[in-house]
Amino acid sequence: MTPFSESSIPIAVFDRTAWTPLLELSAREVFDIMLSTRLRAFDKSADLNDGEFTALVGLAGSLCGVLSIRCNDQAARIMASKMLGMPEEEVDNDSWDALGEIANMIAGNFKGKLSGIGNHCMLSVPTIIVGTDYETRSVRGGNMIEVVFEFEGKPLWVSLELHE
Amino acid sequence: MSQIRALIVDDSSVMRKIVERSLRQAGLDLSSVMEAGNGAEALGILDANPVDLILSDINMPVMDGLEFVRQLQTVEKLRGVPVVMITTEGSESNVVQALSLGAKGYIRKPFTPDQVKEHVLPVLGL
Repeated sequence: MTPFSESSIPIAVFDRTAWTPLLELSAREVFDIMLSTRLRAFDKSADLNDGEFTALVGLAGSLCGVLSIRCNDQAARIMASKMLGMPEEEVDNDSWDALGEIANMIAGNFKGKLSGIGNHCMLSVPTIIVGTDYETRSVRGGNMIEVVFEFEGKPLWVSLELHE
Repeated sequence: MSQIRALIVDDSSVMRKIVERSLRQAGLDLSSVMEAGNGAEALGILDANPVDLILSDINMPVMDGLEFVRQLQTVEKLRGVPVVMITTEGSESNVVQALSLGAKGYIRKPFTPDQVKEHVLPVLGL
C-alpha cells in the first residue's frame, strides 16, 4: 500500500444525495460487466431473513467505514455461477469467495468515482459472515447509505456505512 | 509466440478462475496455468517453475502485489517476466507505483475479457 501522511489526506464530506446514485451505479456496473446481469431496484418489502450471506469490505483513509453486500444462499450461488460461467450445481465454496470479490469490486468502483478520494482510501480484503442473527455497531457515529436491488427475484442489499 | 506458461496471483480463487478463462478467451495458447493466493506463495512457485506471464492482484494478505513486484525485481531470473496488475483499487498512486516497480501494465476490476486481451497481448509482444 502507498504510505501517506495524515495531514495530506483529503477527507471526503458525506453527501447522501450525490453518493447514493454513485453507489447504485457502482453496483450496477460490477454486475453488468462481471455477471452480465442488469440489476433493478427491489420494489417489494425486503426481509433480512433473505440475507444469510454478508460480505464486508473495510475502507480506511479519506473514507473510513464498511461496504457490505447481503443476499441469500441461492443468490450467492447464482452470482458465482454467472461469474465463473459454470452450472450452479458445480459451484462449491466459490459462492462465498464470489460474494466477497463482488463487494470488493463495488467498493473499489465507488471510491474511484469520488474525485480525489481514490488515492487516499485503502480497501481491506473481504470478510464473509454467514447467518442473519448479528448486529454491527460502529465505534464512532456515522452515516449510512443502503440500496436494495432485485437479483434473481430476491433482495440484494448494498450498504455503505461511513464513520465520522 | 509458442505456448505460454502463466501464473495468476490473487487471494480470490474465483478471480483466478475468471482471469484464466479470460486469457483463454483472448486466444492465448496456455500450456500451464499456476495459481497463488498471495505474493509470497507466488515467489515460492516461481522458484521452481519458470513462467512467461504473471497476472497479479494488488490487495492481498501476507504479501501484496506491490511488494511481490518489488521482490521479483531482486531476482535476476525473474526480472524480465512481464507482470500485469489486476486491481480493484480506484487508486492511481498504487498503479503508478506498480508500474514504477516494474509491472508492464494493469487491468482494473471489473473487467471484460476484451480488456484482458487488450492489456495482456501487447506485453507479450503479440
